[in-house]
Amino acid sequence: MALQGPMLWLSVHPCRGLVDEKIKVLVHHAAPVQRLTVHTLFRSEDGDDWEAFGHYVSDSAGAVDVSEDVCLGGTYSGHEPMGLLWSLRPVPGSRPSLRFRKKDTGTPMLVTISLHQGFLSDSFTERLPLASRVVERWYMAPGVRRVELTEGGVTGTLFLPPGPGQFPAVLDLPGGGRSLPEARAVLLASHGFVTLALNYLNPRRTAGGEYHVGNDYFQTAFSVLQTHPQVIRERIAIVGLSFGASMALGLSVYSPTIKPSCLVSISGSHVQPAGGSLGDIFAEFKKNEKNTRYDEEKRVIWHDLLLPIPSNPSKKVDVGQLCCPLLLIVGKDDQNWPAEESASDMKEMMEMSGNGHLLTVLSYPDTGHLIEPPYSPHCRSSNFINAESREKFVVLWGGEVTAHCHAQEDSWWKILDFLKKHLYYGPQSDITSCT
Amino acid sequence: MNALKRLYRRQEVIPSCKTFATSQWTSFLHFRSDLLRNNFMARTIAMLSVHPSRGLVDEKFRVEVENLPPACPVTLHCLHRSEDQDHWEAFGHYCSDHSGTVKVSEDESLGGTYSGREHMGLLWSMRPVPGSRRGLRLRKTHVDVPMTLLISVYRGHLTAGFRELPPVASVVAERWYMAPGVKRIAVEERGVTGTFFIPPGPGPFPGVLDMWGGGGGLVEYRSALLASRGLASMALKYIDPGDTPTDMRMGYFETAFQIIQDHPQVISDRVGILGLSFGTSVALTVAAYSQISRPRCCVGISGSHAYPINRPVAELFGEMGMNEEKMKRDEEDNVIMRNLILPIATDPAKKVDVGRIECPLLLVNGDDDQNWATTESAEDIANMMSVAGNKHLLTTLTYPKAGHLIEPPFTPHIRASNFIVQHSKEKVIMLWGGEPKGHAVAQEDSWKRILNFLKEHLCIEPTLVPQAKL
Repeated sequence: MALQGPMLWLSVHPCRGLVDEKIKVLVHHAAPVQRLTVHTLFRSEDGDDWEAFGHYVSDSAGAVDVSEDVCLGGTYSGHEPMGLLWSLRPVPGSRPSLRFRKKDTGTPMLVTISLHQGFLSDSFTERLPLASRVVERWYMAPGVRRVELTEGGVTGTLFLPPGPGQFPAVLDLPGGGRSLPEARAVLLASHGFVTLALNYLNPRRTAGGEYHVGNDYFQTAFSVLQTHPQVIRERIAIVGLSFGASMALGLSVYSPTIKPSCLVSISGSHVQPAGGSLGDIFAEFKKNEKNTRYDEEKRVIWHDLLLPIPSNPSKKVDVGQLCCPLLLIVGKDDQNWPAEESASDMKEMMEMSGNGHLLTVLSYPDTGHLIEPPYSPHCRSSNFINAESREKFVVLWGGEVTAHCHAQEDSWWKILDFLKKHLYYGPQSDITSCT
Repeated sequence: MNALKRLYRRQEVIPSCKTFATSQWTSFLHFRSDLLRNNFMARTIAMLSVHPSRGLVDEKFRVEVENLPPACPVTLHCLHRSEDQDHWEAFGHYCSDHSGTVKVSEDESLGGTYSGREHMGLLWSMRPVPGSRRGLRLRKTHVDVPMTLLISVYRGHLTAGFRELPPVASVVAERWYMAPGVKRIAVEERGVTGTFFIPPGPGPFPGVLDMWGGGGGLVEYRSALLASRGLASMALKYIDPGDTPTDMRMGYFETAFQIIQDHPQVISDRVGILGLSFGTSVALTVAAYSQISRPRCCVGISGSHAYPINRPVAELFGEMGMNEEKMKRDEEDNVIMRNLILPIATDPAKKVDVGRIECPLLLVNGDDDQNWATTESAEDIANMMSVAGNKHLLTTLTYPKAGHLIEPPFTPHIRASNFIVQHSKEKVIMLWGGEPKGHAVAQEDSWKRILNFLKEHLCIEPTLVPQAKL
């Protein structure tokens, strides 16, 4: 076959990267001032197709640089170097209410990036692109080891960075749902932390055991990390999302044995029976079920179940007693938990108590509940199975795409900086004595 | 102060680096006194990183260490276990700066397997670990999986004992010959054996016929890398190292070239030829004489216009064998073959008539090539083309202190390695020449130039296309 006409070069760098790394998409030798569409396609492990696309016009040299140029429309617009990834959404005709989740974190996401002539908005798979490339997006850095853990009745997944150690560690408490999300935990290990993603909502139980695990479960998990030969026992943090954040707050204050070096709470709340357990938190939700609201598409809004923020101290974690630095990450459009209201109340409590200097609050406008690792597609609502009742809902998480994805990117690096500061760098001058 | 000295000895941190100035010594003492006050809490934990952790073999990576004590002597070490289960290593000696950081891309190595400011020294200066088998060469057979490197940082300036001592930290890096989406297709058709690598996407793509030298076999890694850079490339097998060379003539190479042209994802009039060593003789023969195969351009690495393929390959090797008295041995009994083709023949029948070549030609040579007299050949080629009036097609790159095996960038330099001489099947250690730094420079620079040359001559420049209406 002989070719007539120009030959386009499409390059994507890096072709293999961690999911939190930026990519650079470049087009060379297009015609000058040519309309082009850059399209990304990803097929999930469940067989659903996700896509994103942006409209660009090449410059007088026939070049496009997605990191520098302005996108004129598509699933994102404006100057958005990573819009091709974070604006991924299920293709038209997909099953409804999907949530983006990588189950096997040891293998990469394979994303096809294609270049099409003109401004296209649909039917991408029916047209032949001008060029395409494949990129691998990894959660797991080379050398990170994944170990399924069952120890002392505790189950979860342990991720170990390469090397002899010893390393600081993170106890990762993910949010609600049926399966154990590992994405954040493996990414933290890829950044040098031994991380235990704890299965506390669906653990393997012995016959006759209680439905919800008690606080001793978390204490055992913390102790498993402390006694691991590759962990520096004095350098362990807790990172929690949603339910996990709430547990982290309560345990850090009331548990006699859980004393983290620092705490990250994402989309969490301190509203729970003081000194209570996971079961108590669920009971609180059940009590306030009447506060459930629905949007115009009948999606469930659980935001009010913990409202109003109580003034009675026995109904919330006394964060005034917290001894370690706390990073609160909340979305102002969280439709699932009253994370912002809780954050304001926590700030007040800590300032009154005199430990306000330990607190950092990052509150992101137009950002919802599911603040995930960077460049993950935003999920405004999705199918959800209640861990306790096994009922199926479509839950509204909240957030507007662009703002939410910016928040995911910004908060991730701040979480990493926070963890490195308190776990890797020097004497922990922020720790005040609690005796 | 006595307590400090005791602690200092126990921690085994001896400031031996030459840049340890007075002010740095003072800050070092200050740091150590912190340890005395609050030993476990003030412990800093070094952070080692490599970026990218997964890269193509021709990409640079950044190796950095943070959070060391200031002015702290460390050794950065790179370890690789080859497919043949041999261990290769490289290391450099560094001193952290005032912020406790070492950046291999910016700092000076004070010694080791390389010295000075060498961004990629941890790769190109790799050599077999002490006690390894003789005559090793690092080559990748399975190109669909990466090379894995263990990069570690050790306290102090070490030159041995890396296995026995625990490092301060380690990371793993992967180096790939194949980009994601590149397709690998085995070729067994029309009597030709090879492997085709096609870039991702619909194409069509320019093509390359890729040939290695007299060692024979099917060597895929350069073709995989070319495809990862957008060029459909076929690695050709034309010598079977185990068997007696067959009656292989120019027709075999023309058929291989045709197979590339016929592929639906290849631009049939944009196919070039790339050869190394004996592969250069093949490339030049096809370019000069073939009425069927018209390469768009030609690259000859470490080769010569001697031994045109106007007779079966087996016969040519036999003829080489008859010139054994021209083969020398060095003081380590390594075989030096460079004199085989010297003096350069004046009889036109004994060399390719390069005056007939009608396509651009790039020659890449090392001036310390001990295997083929490539610089002398390049000079003669230039003279012949000058007389014929086609010298404007020729570009010659001659790299000082580079040897024969000019491989993709950052490949460890091999001065001599095991080789089976084709005509006699004798096992020898062949001297290739070159010295590590000069050879590394040649590999890195020539690869960029080869890619640019191929793209310039195989990719069509934009023609007039109606402008899009906005």
